Amino acid sequence: MTWRRTTAIARKELLHVRRDPRSLLIALLLPIMQMLLLGYGATLDAKHLAVYAFDRDGSQTSQALLERFRASAYFDLVRTVDRYADLAAAVDAGRARLALVVPPDFSRRLRAGGTTTVQAIIDATDDNTANLATAYAEAVVDRFSEDLQLDWLRREGLPDRAAAPPISVEVRTWYNEDLESRNFIVPGVVALVMALVGALLSSLTIAREWERGTMEQLVSTPVTAREIMLGKLLPYFAIGLVDAALCVGVGIGWFGVPFRGTVGTLVVATALYLVVVLGIGFAISVAIPNQLGASSIAILVTLLPTNMLSGFAFPIDQMPAPIRAVSYVVWARYYLTILKAVFLKGSGLGTLAGPLGAMALYAAIVGTVATRAFRKTLD
Amino acid sequence: MVGRIVPLVVKELLQLRRDRYALVRLVVLVLVQLFMFGYAATFEVHRVATAVLDRDQSQESRELLSRFTASGRFEVTAVAGDVRELTRLVDTGQATVAVQIHPGFAARLRKGDTAPVQVIVDSTNSNTALVALGYVSRIVDAFAEDYATDRVARSAPARLRRIPRVVLAPRPWYNPSLESRWYFVPGVIGSLMLVITVNLTAFAVVREREIGTLEQIMVTPIRPVEFVLGKTLPSFLIGLGEMVLITLVGTLWFRVPFRGDPVVLLLGSSLFLTSTLGMGLLISTLCRTQQQAFASSFFVLMPAFVLSGFSFPIASMPPVLQWITYAIPLRYFLVVLRSTFLKGVGLRVLWPEMLAMAAIGVTMVAVSALRFRKSLE
Repeated sequence: MTWRRTTAIARKELLHVRRDPRSLLIALLLPIMQMLLLGYGATLDAKHLAVYAFDRDGSQTSQALLERFRASAYFDLVRTVDRYADLAAAVDAGRARLALVVPPDFSRRLRAGGTTTVQAIIDATDDNTANLATAYAEAVVDRFSEDLQLDWLRREGLPDRAAAPPISVEVRTWYNEDLESRNFIVPGVVALVMALVGALLSSLTIAREWERGTMEQLVSTPVTAREIMLGKLLPYFAIGLVDAALCVGVGIGWFGVPFRGTVGTLVVATALYLVVVLGIGFAISVAIPNQLGASSIAILVTLLPTNMLSGFAFPIDQMPAPIRAVSYVVWARYYLTILKAVFLKGSGLGTLAGPLGAMALYAAIVGTVATRAFRKTLD
Repeated sequence: MVGRIVPLVVKELLQLRRDRYALVRLVVLVLVQLFMFGYAATFEVHRVATAVLDRDQSQESRELLSRFTASGRFEVTAVAGDVRELTRLVDTGQATVAVQIHPGFAARLRKGDTAPVQVIVDSTNSNTALVALGYVSRIVDAFAEDYATDRVARSAPARLRRIPRVVLAPRPWYNPSLESRWYFVPGVIGSLMLVITVNLTAFAVVREREIGTLEQIMVTPIRPVEFVLGKTLPSFLIGLGEMVLITLVGTLWFRVPFRGDPVVLLLGSSLFLTSTLGMGLLISTLCRTQQQAFASSFFVLMPAFVLSGFSFPIASMPPVLQWITYAIPLRYFLVVLRSTFLKGVGLRVLWPEMLAMAAIGVTMVAVSALRFRKSLE
């Protein structure tokens, strides 16, 4: 194996990339597009939820309660209706995410003393939004209830403390203090983009030679199989690193996601991850000799697990045990752990030794398999 | 006209049967993805790894902590001896939630003073953190409520029992136990139909062009309209087949309810397919090679997927992105799917979505048909 022949192959591959503006466009545009799309679009937060209300009481107190919903940033009180059927129809049609029913004896019962219930119908088709909406609505009603109680105590001449909630929760949200979806999604996009770009570009390299009939020419030259592999993957390795830098740049510079770790850890992890992704793409390209088949399988093999089983959006600890077991095999899982730790937690090499070791192991295995898989023969 | 379309449809289906990977792509991979979304895609929060530090060691503090476990939302996986250990458990990711009860907790409660409890949440995953915090406050509130009721019953003046209180009674409709699966499984039908039919249609045409058999077809008496119909009908049928397959597995295996009218679902699927087939044709007129078609379809499908509301609610997106979603047919189809599966509503509610899909479908087909004639000349 000589360095000269390897770089010659790399130069040839680079020429291919340059002559095919579309794939270069994919390589550079796709990361930015993905980043913007997911950075802006991928939010699970619930704000401005449409609320309909059916106020059967129509008193000052019930109006005051609805006013609380109107003032909340989480809810938009869209309209009040006069019939229960209208309320149900609005929920059915998806116009209302939350529908409040204030009972007819609402203010009377409060005056008489004791507990009164306000019903909240929640469109739970989207279970996550429903969950958040319930918590927010409960918070609004609780605050309203507390204020009523304080008023009542003052009127009765009792001390405020008599009704104060005896326990207060001091919440510390670590690593993502403002609970921003964006801070949670954006680091993962780096892994998604690299899985995509790496697999897509590398999976085409061998298939293209077969399809164009240039494999024969390549075989007749003195380059060895290993030189071909290395030479072909080197340019994509470089492109992958550029893409990673682009993604991280957009994430920090544009979206303002914190970066609390060290650049070194990120570079090491990214390089290992690229070796794995490119190796898999290359192995698939060797196994499937047509461009279309190779690229679609490569995307599926790299993208689907990265999307679903790496902890990118869905928390792994909530999955059933068999799927959780499978997730340990998903290389992206370790990269995701490192990405989130480097961006948000600021962990160093010490705490990340486990996932980094797993990735190094993966890189070694995939590198060996890819090298073995590719033989310089024509049959 | 029918006499010339049928042979073309038969030819397409034959070609698909000869393709070794077709069955894998159209059935096995579809099921793999359905199972991934059925099992792995969950925003639910159960049994979150929780570390506790009870520095009060009183009956009250133990009672509060036991309520965390009893809720099923939290699982105490570690008991820390001091604050440093508690911090380390969260830092290393061994615990997602850490609860610290300060010394003097019970004493303050008994005196009627406010007793603070500290809760640390690893909010790397902001959504899990938000949902978990919702449960924390529910558990603590319930405990405080019960404690206060006890205290009032025992010592307070009788009239304090008449203190007014408003509580919310949440009624989650359509998905009462808030299962993520019920949300994702119907959605998978739409996203898989989109990917499969757009690609099938685009490649059916581009392949002929790349191999050079398009010229051969053009010298036969077949007319462009017939050619287009012959190319799209197989994708249409396959698209409907996928819908039936996923619906069956979703309802029988995953037990997702189907409360609506199958006819409404069929109508919605047909309208949706019109737009995806139009999109596939449009891509085919813009591309010379299969490789280009692959890249182009990817650039169209990815944003469509992210912005459709499949996993991220549209209402939370910035306004500019929300406007774009109106042009995405999957957005409307997802509403139809989830409404027929979970809500059981019919055309009286869903006509705007149907109309929007029809409008987009007709536009897509018209534009692609016009472009298609040009690309043949």
